[in-house]
Amino acid sequence: MLRAPLVVEFPFTRSLGPVQSAFLTGLRERTVLGVRTTDGKVLVPPVEYDPATADELRDLVEVAPTGTVTTWAWNPGPRRGQPLTKPFAWVLVRLDGADTALLHALDVPGPDAVRTGTRVRIRWAATRTGAITDIACFERDQSSSGVTGRHARPHSGRFAAQEGPVTGIVAQARLDYTYSPGRAQSQYIRALAGHRTVGERCPDCRKVYVPPRGACPTCGVATTEQVEVGPRGTVTTFCIVNIKARNAGNAAIDVPYVYAHIALDSADLALHARIAGIPYDQVRMGLRVEPVWSDDARFPDHYRPTGEPDADYDTYKELL
Amino acid sequence: MNRDVAIVAFGQTDHLRRSDELSEVEMLMPVLHEVLAATGLRTGDIGFTCSGSSDYLAGRAFSFTMALDGVGAWPPISESHVETDGAWALYEAWVKLQTGDADTALVYAYGKSSPGSVRDVLTRQLDPYYLAPLWPDSVALAALQAQALIDAGATDEQDLAAVAARSRDAAAGNPHAQLRGPVPHGDYLVRPLRTGDCPPIGDGAAAVVLAAGERAGELCGRPAWIRGIDHRIEAHGLGVRDLTDSPSTRLAAERAGAFARPVDTAELHAPFTAQEVVLRGALRLGDDVTVNPSGGALAANPVMAAGLIRLGEAAARIHRGASDRALAHATSGPCLQQNLVAVLEGDPR
Ligand SMILES: [Zn+2]
Repeated sequence: MLRAPLVVEFPFTRSLGPVQSAFLTGLRERTVLGVRTTDGKVLVPPVEYDPATADELRDLVEVAPTGTVTTWAWNPGPRRGQPLTKPFAWVLVRLDGADTALLHALDVPGPDAVRTGTRVRIRWAATRTGAITDIACFERDQSSSGVTGRHARPHSGRFAAQEGPVTGIVAQARLDYTYSPGRAQSQYIRALAGHRTVGERCPDCRKVYVPPRGACPTCGVATTEQVEVGPRGTVTTFCIVNIKARNAGNAAIDVPYVYAHIALDSADLALHARIAGIPYDQVRMGLRVEPVWSDDARFPDHYRPTGEPDADYDTYKELL
Repeated sequence: MNRDVAIVAFGQTDHLRRSDELSEVEMLMPVLHEVLAATGLRTGDIGFTCSGSSDYLAGRAFSFTMALDGVGAWPPISESHVETDGAWALYEAWVKLQTGDADTALVYAYGKSSPGSVRDVLTRQLDPYYLAPLWPDSVALAALQAQALIDAGATDEQDLAAVAARSRDAAAGNPHAQLRGPVPHGDYLVRPLRTGDCPPIGDGAAAVVLAAGERAGELCGRPAWIRGIDHRIEAHGLGVRDLTDSPSTRLAAERAGAFARPVDTAELHAPFTAQEVVLRGALRLGDDVTVNPSGGALAANPVMAAGLIRLGEAAARIHRGASDRALAHATSGPCLQQNLVAVLEGDPR
């Protein structure tokens, strides 16, 4: 089976509401803010709307950087992106003054060093940008007891720092996959390596699909019979590209160029490819073309005119 | 008044650790053909089609459009998709049938966890401000819930091992299951959860056919009538919730009429052992209820299909006369975040 690595990576950019903005600005300034609900509970981390009543919440309070573990889980194998690179405990921590708990990592040497009820305090990150990761992790706190009952104090949500309030976050996301295209597409890609284009015929309606996806979208049945198509084909429709897509593979291509739908001979579905070997403003519907392979390529680099007379419209009108 | 709607057919693939040789549509199509053949329907006879799957599992945008080839979606059919478990696709199809716009519906779901790392993939469904930047994986969050339950005295590691063992024993009779028979409780994956407390990772698909009114009786010898169905959600923040309880499951069950009369069977979507303990409590299931005779998600957990499979397994028991009144539950999100409950009944025998 064919397999290839596939990486999906993107920055997730989000704006903040006034409460989240104050909270993340507070973390940057080493201050933990919560929000008070209409019935007097203090939510940390704070939210913009009450999870029970949907009331808009704006009443900010400051809570302590110390708190109590409400549940924990020992993580012997940290994964990419997690707060610590050595084994640690995941914890929900109710900070002193808060009524709800915050998820983070606790840096302790082993599972015997943490229990529900363990007293902990925030270890701040050396560089803080206004993100939940401004809390590097929690660590055990032997000095504070928590039983004195430190209360939440009102806070304006404003900080004197020159950077101003945090108004958004950018969360980097990366997921790694090993992609396998399945039976039909694997066979298609294998044939391409031998400079052949192979489609599949529907056993019911007899249409030939290129590239094959394993099923006929009209009949909903598996396509299995392989049919070699092309190599020549007909341009059914096209567009002129004036701005290059940002892609390293496009570096050697000059704009404007033509991108076209091409119905390969004996195929019942048009595929798309670049047209070259002809001025862009002379490409037309019905133009007969053939693939141009570069030496070690796994798909045609582009299609070029064959010099044959144009195809009659009636021969490809069903494939538009 | 609600229209009477029943599940009239159910099919599923064998659930496997990998399925590299099949694309999603290639994996799904045999199951679609199975449920159509069971009812004698052709794709063109179906009034509404609804599916559940996730682009994040596939690693590709609009991945569900490829799967649509398998249902003969051209020329265009009446179709919809949910980016969550197929149980919610079934809910949408049920609503569509309630409107009277359709009399039959095809519902399917599929998920391939093998291409990526599902523990990491599922972090991307979390709160992007406070949770996602920490990459807390699905096992870690379930472990926090399990520890809370242990601290509350509601279970212990031995109890959890028994849940795992009972599930995989039951799965010995389920040829589609991925884990069958004895499975070691194993080492801690994230303590207190051991490998045996966690679901297998794998690929699979499932499909059901729904039919309304008399049509159901024409398509199935003993339709599994949906007497009630409802879904509810917990508060967004994990630290706001009481992780030892599932009030949203209880509310959905109330609204679905689950407490009106006892059920004889319950198919619960509990990917982690401790979650079965939470659900049994929330649903007040007694010892006389047969829980997860299929083995449940601990025996096969094709993400996005595992919830729909609970509804299908419960319905299939009614179809073959092994149950008269069954509860089916599906979940989505971390620590039982969202929960769907349906009550299914067969006509008196
Ligand atoms: Zn066909």
